[in-house]
Amino acid sequence: MNYNWDWGVLLQQPYWGWLWSGLGWTLLISLGSWVIALSVGISAGIARCMPNRAIQIVASVYIEVFRNIPPLVQLFLWYFVFPELLPDALGLWIKRDLPNPEYVTAIVGLGLFAGARVAEQIRAGIAAVGIHLLPAALATGLRPLQAFRLILLPLGLRAVFGPLTSEFLITVKMSSISLTIGMLELTAQSRHIENYTFHGLEAFAVATVVYLLLGLSVTGLMRVIDRRFGAAKYRRASS
Amino acid sequence: MIVLNDIHKSYGRTQVLRGCTAAVKLGEVVVVCGPSGSGKSTLIKCVNGLVPIDRGSITVDGVSVTDKHTDLPALRAQIGMVFQNFELYPHMTALQNVSLAQIHVLKRSRAEADARSEQLLARVGLSSKLSSRPDQLSGGQQQRVSIARALSMDPKAMLFDEPTSALDPEMVNEVLEVMQALALDGMTMMVVTHEMGFAQRVAERVLFMDGGEILEDSPKSQFFANPSTERARQFLTKVLSH
Amino acid sequence: MNDFDWGVIARSWPFLAEGMALSALLVVVSTAGGILLGLGLALMRRSDHAFIAGPATVYVTVMRSVPLILVLFWFYFLVPLVIGRPVGALASALVAFVLFEAAFYCEIIRAGINSVRAGQTEAALATGMRRSQVMRLIIMPQGLRAMTPLLFNQVIIVFQDTSLVYVVALRDFMTTASVVASRDGRPTEMYTLVAVVYLAICFSLSKAIELYGKGRAR
Ligand SMILES: Nc1ncnc2c1ncn2[C@@H]1O[C@H](COP(=O)(O)OP(=O)(O)OP(=O)(O)O)[C@@H](O)[C@H]1O
Ligand SMILES: [Mg+2]
Repeated sequence: MNYNWDWGVLLQQPYWGWLWSGLGWTLLISLGSWVIALSVGISAGIARCMPNRAIQIVASVYIEVFRNIPPLVQLFLWYFVFPELLPDALGLWIKRDLPNPEYVTAIVGLGLFAGARVAEQIRAGIAAVGIHLLPAALATGLRPLQAFRLILLPLGLRAVFGPLTSEFLITVKMSSISLTIGMLELTAQSRHIENYTFHGLEAFAVATVVYLLLGLSVTGLMRVIDRRFGAAKYRRASS
Repeated sequence: MIVLNDIHKSYGRTQVLRGCTAAVKLGEVVVVCGPSGSGKSTLIKCVNGLVPIDRGSITVDGVSVTDKHTDLPALRAQIGMVFQNFELYPHMTALQNVSLAQIHVLKRSRAEADARSEQLLARVGLSSKLSSRPDQLSGGQQQRVSIARALSMDPKAMLFDEPTSALDPEMVNEVLEVMQALALDGMTMMVVTHEMGFAQRVAERVLFMDGGEILEDSPKSQFFANPSTERARQFLTKVLSH
Repeated sequence: MNDFDWGVIARSWPFLAEGMALSALLVVVSTAGGILLGLGLALMRRSDHAFIAGPATVYVTVMRSVPLILVLFWFYFLVPLVIGRPVGALASALVAFVLFEAAFYCEIIRAGINSVRAGQTEAALATGMRRSQVMRLIIMPQGLRAMTPLLFNQVIIVFQDTSLVYVVALRDFMTTASVVASRDGRPTEMYTLVAVVYLAICFSLSKAIELYGKGRAR
C-alpha cells in the first residue's frame, strides 16, 4: 500500500479547528435529537400500553412508520418535502427565516426516528415487567391504572436503562447522516479535510478514535450510574 | 477403575475441592452425597475431564485424565454420564439422541447405530417413544433416554450427577430401577444422589462430602449405622427424616 | 400546492428499478458476507486464547462504535490504495458493508450460541464428541433457532442502511430517486415514493418476522 502518512497535517490550522468544531456539532446534534427522542419516545411508549384503543393505534402508527423508513429518507422528507406541504407563508418562513434550519431539521428528523425506537424499547420494558407483576399488583386490589402508574411504569423505565444507552449511542452515530443536508459534524469535517489535504485516512482515523472513545465513555458512565441508582441496584435489593 | 488422588480445584478465589482422594473399583457402585454446594458435581465432572483441575491426578482404567497427551474425547467416550437436567438434545428425537454419538464418535453406520439405540431404549422401557422429542416426554422418560444415550457408547463406567433431583416424586423410581438393573449387571458406577434408599439397596460404599472435602469414605453399612463425623450424622438425620 | 406531478414516477421507473436492483445487490452481498465473516468473528471471540479472542473483540467494538458513513468513506479511499488501482465506488462500498455488518452479525450469532445452556455442551462432550462436532451438531442447530428472528431483523436494518451509499454517489434506490428529484424538480413526489416503498417493504418484513416468531413460540 502506497500512502504517505502525515499526521502533522491534522495539527495545523484550520484542520485541527475543523475537527473540534465537528465534534462540537456531533454532540449538539446528538443531544438535541436525544431530548426529542426521549420525550416523544417515552410518551409514545406509554401511550402504546394504554387501555384506550385509539391512543394505542396512534402510537403504533407513529412507531411503525418512523422505524421502517430509513433515517436518511426521513431527513430528506423533513428538509425538502415538509416545507412544501405547509401553507405558503409558513413554508417560506421555514426556508428563509428559521435560524439554522439544517440543525433544526437534523434534530427533528433524527429525534423522531430515534423516538420510535425508544418507544418500542419502553413498550417492551413495560410489557416484560407486566407479565410477571401485573397479576400480583391487581391481586393486591390496585386498579389497572394505579398498577400501571405505581408498579409497571417505574420498573419498566428502570429495565430499559441499558437498551436506552445503546439507543443513545446509535443516535450519536446516526448524527453523521446530517452531513447530507450540510451539517459540518465530525464525519463531514474529516471528509472535508480529505478534500483539502488529501490526507483523509488520518482524519478518518482521528474521527474513528473519537467515536470509539465517545462510545466507551458513555457506556462506562451509564454503567456507573446504573450501578448506583438503576436496575442493577434494584435487582440486588430484590434478590 | 477410577482413581482420584488429592484433587484441588478453585473457581477464582473460591476453593471448591480441597484435596479429594477416592477410588471406585471395577464393578463397584459408589454413592456420593453431601449438602448443596459441597462440590459433588464438580468432583464427578473432574472424572471425565469436563472440569479441569488445578492439582492432583485422576486415572480411569489406567489412563490419566490430567495428562496433556491423553485423547480426552476418546476417554470420555468410554465413560457414560447422566445429568441432573437430562440435557437431551431438544432438536432431536429420542432415537437420534441415542444414535448421535455412535455415528459421529464410534463411526457406526446410521442403521447400525439406530438398531443399537432401539435395543437400549427397549432396555429402559421406552420402545414406544423412539420418535418423540424431549419436550414430548415426561422427566422420568427423558432421564431414561439420557441413560440410554450414555449406554450407547458401551461405557466401562457410568457417572450420575443427581439423576433424580429434577424429577417429580412419582417418576423417581422408574429411573432408580433402571440404575439398579445396571448395577446388577456389574456396571461400575459413581452416583451423586440424595436417594438414601438407593444407596442402601445398591451401593457398596458411600462418600460424604462437605466444604470441598471428602469427610467419609465408608462401606454403606457402616455409613448408615455409625457415621464417623458429626456433620455426616446431621446430614443423614436431615435426608432420612423425609 | 396542487401542482403535484405523480407521472414523474412512471417516467423514471426503469431508472428507479435499476436503483432498487443495486440496493438488493448490496443487501444480498452484505448479508451473505456479513454472516460468514460474523460467524468467524463469533467463533474467534469464544476462543480461550486471548490472542485469538482479543483482536475479534477489538474489531467488533470499533465497528460498532463508528457511523456507517465514516466506514464508507474509509473504504472509499482505502480499497483503491490497498489494491493499487481505482476500483470504483461499488467495490469499495461492498467491502465496507460486509466488514461493517459482520460486526453486528457476529454479536447476533454470539448471542444465539450463548443462549444454548452450558449443560448441552457438557453432555455432548461427555459422549466423546470433539469441540468442533459439539458446535456443529448440538450448539449451532439450537442457537440458529434463537438467532433467526434477529438475523432477519438485521437484514431489514441492512436494507435501510444501504440508503447511505448516497454519500459515495452510488446509485441505489434512494440515490436514483434523489437524482430524479433534482433533475425534474420533483422532490415531494420522489421522496414520498421512496418513503412509501421502504415503509411497505420494511413493515411487511418485520410483521412477517413477528408472526413467524409467534408461530414458533406456540
Ligand atoms: N462454573 C463455576 N464457576 C464458579 N463457581 C462454581 C462453578 N461451578 C460451581 N461453582 C461453585 O462451586 C461450589 C460447589 O459446586 P458444586 O456444583 O460442585 O456443588 P454440589 O455439591 O454439586 O451442589 P448441589 O447439590 O447444589 O448440586 C459452589 O459453591 C458453586 O457455587
Ligand atoms: Mg450438583
